[in-house]
Amino acid sequence: MSLGRYIARRLLALVPTLVFVSILIFLLQQLLPGDPALALAGEERDPAAVAAIRAKYHLDRPMVVQYRIWLGKVLRGDFGESLRNRIPVSELLASKLPVTIELAFGSMLVALLLGLPAGVLSATRKGTPVDFLANLAALSGLSVPHFWLGIMLILLFAVRLGWLPASGYAPPWEDPLRNLTTLLLPSIVLGTGVAGVMMRHTRSAMMQTLEADYVRTARAKSVPERLVVLKHALRNALIPIITLGAIEFGRLLSGAVLTEQIFNIPGFGKLLVDGVFNRDYAVVQAVVLVSAALYVLLNLLADVLYFVANPRMRGSA
Amino acid sequence: MSWTRSFPALVALVMLAAAPASAQSVLRIGLNDDPDALDPTISRAYTGRLVFAALCDKLLEVTPDLKIVPQLATSYEWGPGQRSVVLKLRPGVKFHDGEPFNAEAVRFNIERHLNTPGSFRKSEIGEVKSVDVINDLTVRFNLSEPLVPLLAALTDRAGMMVSPKAAKELGDKFGTRPVCAGPYKFVERVAQGKIALERSADYWDKSHIHIDRVEFLPITDSTARLASLRSGDLHMIERVSPSDLAQIRSDAKLKVVGIPELGYQMIPLNLANGPKGKVLGADPRIRQAIDLAIDRETIVKTIFANEYVPGNQFVSPSSPYYNAKFPVQKRDVAKAKQLLREAGVPNLAFTLIVPPERDRQEAALVLQAMLAEAGITMTIQSQENVTMLQAGQRGDFEAYFTFWSGRPDPDGNIFTFTVCNGRQNDSHYCNPNVDTLLTKARQVPEPAERKKLYDQTTPVLMRDLPRLILWHRRVFTGLSIKVQGFTPYPDGIIRLQGLKLS
Repeated sequence: MSLGRYIARRLLALVPTLVFVSILIFLLQQLLPGDPALALAGEERDPAAVAAIRAKYHLDRPMVVQYRIWLGKVLRGDFGESLRNRIPVSELLASKLPVTIELAFGSMLVALLLGLPAGVLSATRKGTPVDFLANLAALSGLSVPHFWLGIMLILLFAVRLGWLPASGYAPPWEDPLRNLTTLLLPSIVLGTGVAGVMMRHTRSAMMQTLEADYVRTARAKSVPERLVVLKHALRNALIPIITLGAIEFGRLLSGAVLTEQIFNIPGFGKLLVDGVFNRDYAVVQAVVLVSAALYVLLNLLADVLYFVANPRMRGSA
Repeated sequence: MSWTRSFPALVALVMLAAAPASAQSVLRIGLNDDPDALDPTISRAYTGRLVFAALCDKLLEVTPDLKIVPQLATSYEWGPGQRSVVLKLRPGVKFHDGEPFNAEAVRFNIERHLNTPGSFRKSEIGEVKSVDVINDLTVRFNLSEPLVPLLAALTDRAGMMVSPKAAKELGDKFGTRPVCAGPYKFVERVAQGKIALERSADYWDKSHIHIDRVEFLPITDSTARLASLRSGDLHMIERVSPSDLAQIRSDAKLKVVGIPELGYQMIPLNLANGPKGKVLGADPRIRQAIDLAIDRETIVKTIFANEYVPGNQFVSPSSPYYNAKFPVQKRDVAKAKQLLREAGVPNLAFTLIVPPERDRQEAALVLQAMLAEAGITMTIQSQENVTMLQAGQRGDFEAYFTFWSGRPDPDGNIFTFTVCNGRQNDSHYCNPNVDTLLTKARQVPEPAERKKLYDQTTPVLMRDLPRLILWHRRVFTGLSIKVQGFTPYPDGIIRLQGLKLS
């Protein structure tokens, strides 16, 4: 099967997935406790204001009708308007997505810088203190809650040492330096978590390839050990890591909720949490749908990369 | 591992350039959440009011002791029977777009509040039937009924004046680019990120404005907010939680200022709102017994480190409208038990709905223990806040734990909660005599006369107890010692007039 046909088939399979996701989002949202109109009507709960909100956002219509109205608009690229601050949701998405993507890149960078070398080192020095330390670090990275680590880093680098800003975000075109300084700590928080997974996968993949026949052959030909590890073994071991990277990247795009909250980064996660708390249906629906779409697309990308990198896949796909 | 060596270097590099040179003074204020639309007509979130205080001047203003003073209007005068009020306007005021502020603009704004679909101001000034332009700088508000609290409404969002030209151009998108007549004008807003304002060169009172730029940063997590204040990223934070006070007080670079709030924490009791009103509505002695079994002082001392103020009336004991003849009473378990026996329910049991919020959850547990000592079984039921309020309206409750943020005019703290068929009277309490007194208090402009009327309701409400008022919080503002000239207001809103940054 050709790569083009493979991608086309996968893209087509995306449609039912997204339709299912959209229905699920819609149904789950109805389960949120509390009437959104009342939540929006403020402390005074003026009945006239509540009724006006219901009518304006079709909250007085049956659920199926609400879903149809929403889907029809989404298909035309219109995600509606935030119930809370009256800003078009598409505008909100367009302004938040780049922030979260930047943060995801930063975190992946941290994860790769930490996870790959640690994985390689512990695989090549299996059973030594280095291996033990790398495993311990990976386990800590995986198990330390983002919330705690974030607060600790803020207290150390912002409050105690005063080196980095405690929170906030500046776009790179406005203040490139502040952009980097504000993203550094959250990237470390998110990146160390991913680095743990990365290290474990790199380690096991490396250990497998290092025992492969061709590695033994390379060693027998007295290829320098550095070249054996980095060129022969690592390259092959990278295939599962690419897949993992793409999936983790997708997770970062949709799941940086707590970290964005602590560091006050106006990204996707914060948009989602605030949307849920404010019963901002339009925002929640759009964020979840777009996150789901991104996740599925990144999964597809990982499969395509795998397909490209691994010739053995081509026959079976 | 090479990263261990390069990381400190990276941090150092970042530090080297981390001090952007700027001659502009910028005040950064941390908000507890992201405000909703920045349009005074449709805004409802509390945090929006902090931004509006910088952005939009109001017809009138309140002082920290709640006296009404001029702002965009220079004086007011009640007409016969308090059925109209004439406002004289400040001359030479311009909106941020250069449009003149005048009587026509006032009429436009009031009509906009009244006629915009989904306006949250309509309920505040709905009694205004029409606005007459008498001359360029004089307007008359004609009222459908005498309503003295109208003036207090004009000290908040209902009194905020926006540029009619901008409002017409932007329509329902006005909140995305607000144009008002306050000390600062709108620059930009990054949703959930920041709201930036800069000093308006044309401001009428600019001699009291000393800071060039103000940025509001919503940070929902209180630990992160406090950390940002301590690191110097923020200069001020609003509504500091009592649990964070010790940290601020121990930091030499910070200070904290507190003032009793306008509102109160309360438990409405169901008297006659559906079948669930049978238990607590049966006899006032039952409610008196509950009240007597509660030790408000202990609650405030143990849960809130004595930072809050025990209360029992619709205003705090520091308010001029507090009835000092009825102070917070001492706990009396024996009398509570006796009252229950007299009412024929020695083993009273009821359910209190509490939202998942720390202050009220903890207080509910203490209340439960206190009531148990009087032989009362109180079951605590946790319910999400909006769901609880819905249950309150429907009458699906015996008691629920809520609060009122408070209004500068005492009427806003009592009227709709207490009169028969009042919009917020979830207890369905009804006493025509109280209604008469509270209605009369809306029609008398002299504060001393109004106080007499409110004082007459106190003994009745203390006997009938449609709701238990328990304590008043204090609003704390945390600030860097670099900020000078800060005056706290009981509404918790930060006024930028007089503030300096050293």
